[in-house]
Amino acid sequence: MSSAKKFDILRTLLSVLIALGISFVLIFMLSEQPVEAIKNLLLGPLSSKRNMGNVIESMIPLIFTGTGVCIMFSANQINLSGEGAFQIGGLAASCVAIYFTADLLSPAAALLCAGLAGAVFSVIPAILKIATTASEMVSSLMINYLALYFGIYMLNNVIADPKASAASYELCEASELPVLLDGTRVHLGLIIALLVAVLGYFFLYRTKMGYELRLTGENGAFAKYSGVNIVKVVVVSQLLGGFISGLGGGVEMLSPIYSRFNWTSLTGYGWDAIIISTLAKNNPLYTPFAALFLAYLRTGASIMARRTDVTLEIVQITQGIIIILVVAEQFLSKYRHRLIAKEAKAALKEEEVA
Amino acid sequence: MWSAVLSPDFFSTMLRAATPILFATLGASIAAKAGITNMALEGMMLFSALFGVIFSSLTQSAWLGLLITVILGGIMGLILAFFVLNLKTDEILAAVAFNLVATGGTVLIMVAFSGDRGVSSSIRSVAAPTVVIPFVSQVPFIGKILSGQNVLTWFALLAVVVLHLFLYKTPLGLSIRSVGENKNAAESVGINSRKIQYIALVISGALASAGGFYLSGGYMNMFTKDMSSGRGFIALAASSMGGNTPVGGFLVSLLFGIAQAFANIMQLMAIMPYEIVLMVPYLATLIGLGVYYYAQKKRKERLSGK
Amino acid sequence: MDNQILLQMNHIMKIYGNGVVANEDVSLELRRGEIHALLGENGAGKSTLMKVLFGIEAPDQGEILLKGSPVTIKSPQSAISMGIGMVHQHFMLVPSLTVAENIILGVAPKKGLFIDMGKAVSAAENIAKEYNFDIDVNQRVEEIPVGVKQKVEILKALYRGAEILILDEPTAVLTPQETDELFVQLIKLKEKGHTIIFISHKLDEIKKICDRATIMRNGRSMGTYNVADITTQEMSRLMVGREVSLTFDKKEQRLTEDVLLRVRNLTVHNSQGVLKVDNLSFDLKGGEILGIAGVEGNGQTELIDTLTGLNKRYQGEIDVKGQSIAPMSIADIRGKKLAHIPEDRMASGCARNLSIQENLFSNQYKSPEYSGRQLLKTKAIERRSDELIREFKIKCSSRKQSVGMLSGGNIQKVIVAREFSTAPDIIIANQPTRGIDVGAASFIRQRLLEFRDAGCAVILVSADLTEIFSLSDRLAVMYKGKFAGFFTDVGSVTEDELGQHMLGIKRAEVLEGVVYE
Repeated sequence: MSSAKKFDILRTLLSVLIALGISFVLIFMLSEQPVEAIKNLLLGPLSSKRNMGNVIESMIPLIFTGTGVCIMFSANQINLSGEGAFQIGGLAASCVAIYFTADLLSPAAALLCAGLAGAVFSVIPAILKIATTASEMVSSLMINYLALYFGIYMLNNVIADPKASAASYELCEASELPVLLDGTRVHLGLIIALLVAVLGYFFLYRTKMGYELRLTGENGAFAKYSGVNIVKVVVVSQLLGGFISGLGGGVEMLSPIYSRFNWTSLTGYGWDAIIISTLAKNNPLYTPFAALFLAYLRTGASIMARRTDVTLEIVQITQGIIIILVVAEQFLSKYRHRLIAKEAKAALKEEEVA
Repeated sequence: MWSAVLSPDFFSTMLRAATPILFATLGASIAAKAGITNMALEGMMLFSALFGVIFSSLTQSAWLGLLITVILGGIMGLILAFFVLNLKTDEILAAVAFNLVATGGTVLIMVAFSGDRGVSSSIRSVAAPTVVIPFVSQVPFIGKILSGQNVLTWFALLAVVVLHLFLYKTPLGLSIRSVGENKNAAESVGINSRKIQYIALVISGALASAGGFYLSGGYMNMFTKDMSSGRGFIALAASSMGGNTPVGGFLVSLLFGIAQAFANIMQLMAIMPYEIVLMVPYLATLIGLGVYYYAQKKRKERLSGK
Repeated sequence: MDNQILLQMNHIMKIYGNGVVANEDVSLELRRGEIHALLGENGAGKSTLMKVLFGIEAPDQGEILLKGSPVTIKSPQSAISMGIGMVHQHFMLVPSLTVAENIILGVAPKKGLFIDMGKAVSAAENIAKEYNFDIDVNQRVEEIPVGVKQKVEILKALYRGAEILILDEPTAVLTPQETDELFVQLIKLKEKGHTIIFISHKLDEIKKICDRATIMRNGRSMGTYNVADITTQEMSRLMVGREVSLTFDKKEQRLTEDVLLRVRNLTVHNSQGVLKVDNLSFDLKGGEILGIAGVEGNGQTELIDTLTGLNKRYQGEIDVKGQSIAPMSIADIRGKKLAHIPEDRMASGCARNLSIQENLFSNQYKSPEYSGRQLLKTKAIERRSDELIREFKIKCSSRKQSVGMLSGGNIQKVIVAREFSTAPDIIIANQPTRGIDVGAASFIRQRLLEFRDAGCAVILVSADLTEIFSLSDRLAVMYKGKFAGFFTDVGSVTEDELGQHMLGIKRAEVLEGVVYE
């Protein structure tokens, strides 16, 4: 392994440690029972089978949106609509699962619709960019809110169950994804998620289209000059990213966690996806590991919030610090430069000897 | 409906709705002029909305509250600048991180400060006063629009003029524009581009924080979770549609105000469901972006002929 | 001449972030009032040394003494305050500002809080007058020609009180006539007591105006010499380590029957609506090299972009092997066996973070040898990469190394390897040897000639007149989007004549031999 790569791993670990350290300091400042809180944060997820199940279960949506973002970011399409695509996917899956009750077919149809809805949704910024050159970043931020309010509109006016408060009719039983591990809510979605991550990797690194995406992502002018169809890359990457995020929303909605559609605010999985893709260096194969880490942290935080006086939101601060340090090029750069300079000097000496 | 549109109320609503966007848009413009996309405006506004409530309540003075909030806004700009300029963090990812910290941090602080989780109802904050100008208020129509506006709306209008003079008439403004246009050129004459970008981000943060203060101490009189609701993002779009100039940003912000005022009328007249009304600012931005960039594209195509 | 030592740089070492050792052990001594040449081929470390002196890069080892006392130059700002000014190879000007604004940038005269524009303009005018520079200071920089931009750069440095003036390859973008004008001005500056560091690899220029020369090779200094006491042969040997001849044995020309590239009445406007290519017509057959000379910015970039399909907005006809390219995508045009070596290798010639292998296949991953319907044939690609690395002598640790870690010459070899490996019939080479070491450059030139001999049609756009003269079969000079001169007998053209065409002083009314009809 080259020293630059070793250094990268070291820096990521250090970033995580620093972020945790800052969170501990905050906990000490805010809590009356800091030691208890930190113990729950770090060890809570391991304390029971149910809690461990919680970790695995909350990995699932993160793998989906994380992989979606990896694909879009690999093509340098800074489309931040994963948030909205997840929401729309969940909505689409619910609409299907409420009315379509055939065994086996129901979840399949619901998931397909979720993915398609996410794809159609996330491609809006791509189309706008191609038609008008408007940056996909800003427009993707806008459509997230459209997804949110459209979901609420549907919830209130179309699929509202008059007998429930702010929730849709119940999803049909046939549509629920089966639980894999007794005593937990770890469901079939895990297998789908892992499959998506592996296929995502395969797509980006082994197919022609994936190569075109990465060429465009690394240097658009170079890709164009080489004869890559940039318009196709822009559209395909965002269609696919949206499909995967939407599928994630569908899987989440069909999981044993939900029995009705009731999302009246954005879930935040679209933003978490950016942490996942950052930690995974835009390689879908690493998203499950990044998701495991984040899910562990989340589960720990929610156990901590339940058992002590520290609020759950602290975990967002930890996450923010991790991203900012992991992508900070100059963080520890002096050390990195010294490492590389040393190698170069050694190489010079070798040449002289030879 | 047209009578409602032509009423003073309509224009008054327009100004009220445009104020926070205008502040943030100016913040986006100065950062853009220095060559930085400040997507963290969203988080800065959110933090400031909470700080406004907390500090105006602690000092029991809207003015002191505003002052402290704006100073903290400058500090937030400083922090962002440190990561983007010193540690060379990608500006978009730094902003994503900043906004995440703001979402979680505001709740954390609110809980720590008051025990509230969603709405700061138990904090007794002081809102910024409204201004009635003695003679102007007598003028028919215009008087009704202008008088009774929040003092921050006036500040926002003043900020447009000041920022314009600053960018185009002062040495520092010249430096900011040259750093944004050609960083190497500015550095070659000994301008410390990092320092210039620091200054621009501090001003950007201060402007965004004034907008944030207005949200919880003018537009409304309390803090609610996630209350910036994308205004910082809208500002990025507004600034780019205004060519990243203060005057352009001002005009685009007014258009947002108009869209919002329209939506309010539609809702009052029950023409539109409220969920759709809530979509209006985002939809307007999306359409605005499309139209603006389409026009730009066509103009370029005309120039290069076919 | 006063022989007082003004500046010393001792044992400077600089290693870049990617591990490239740009300066290994370089020393430089500057005497007050001299024009001191810094001589070395591309990649020898001249620019890096000057970046260290101007505070842009921090050295890893070594010391700098100014007037005998050690100094640390942390930034351009501190360099400027010590009386060091630099004119960069790529101009450092803000295009939308006026000449005066560019000159006073960072040190603007003030009236209260605001800039005193009146004073700024008169200050700029005064300094221009003092040094006999004829410039309208109220023009926007984006509207002035290259030669004038360079004058603005020099004025900028002088306005800030530069005693030592570093000029980084100042003549690279100038016509012979503009170069002469610059030299007159440099000698005047010397007479006024300024000390000048003149970076170049053109020996005749150094002979003409420099007092002493420090020669660099491979990141080391090879000594300092009085220019009067050393022959150009000796300088060249010190610079390259061996005698180089720029003459190639060109074989007898054998043209193909068919016209491979046919251009008629081509007109191109850039995105600002400025006319860049003006009603141009020419033909190209297999087996010849058409050289295109000209000062940068006279439409060469737009012409090449249009021929290769990067720009689709044009009027007129372009036929490749008898077919119009109007409806074709870039991939279609490349499918007609047209290869393109781009002007700016980092901007559009490669993806620096991708591996050498991934960079070698961007133009041919779709061919059935390297991919199926959807999947890439990784084994075949790996095998071919290793072959190309060997064949083109690309210095690297493995095919997996990212391109950004290579030296400029090796990056260019990756690009050339990629473009030449598709057995092209037409090669469009835009500045193929700019900024790379002599070895790699002559390797690439040799290859271009081999392709010509094998019946390939080559367009060569180059700012290096020696290269143009030694390779071209026909030679065009571009000026304001037109061919201001066209020569079918390249051997008979003098550099001076070429310069007059490049400047638009001489313009051919009738272009003989441009088209084959």
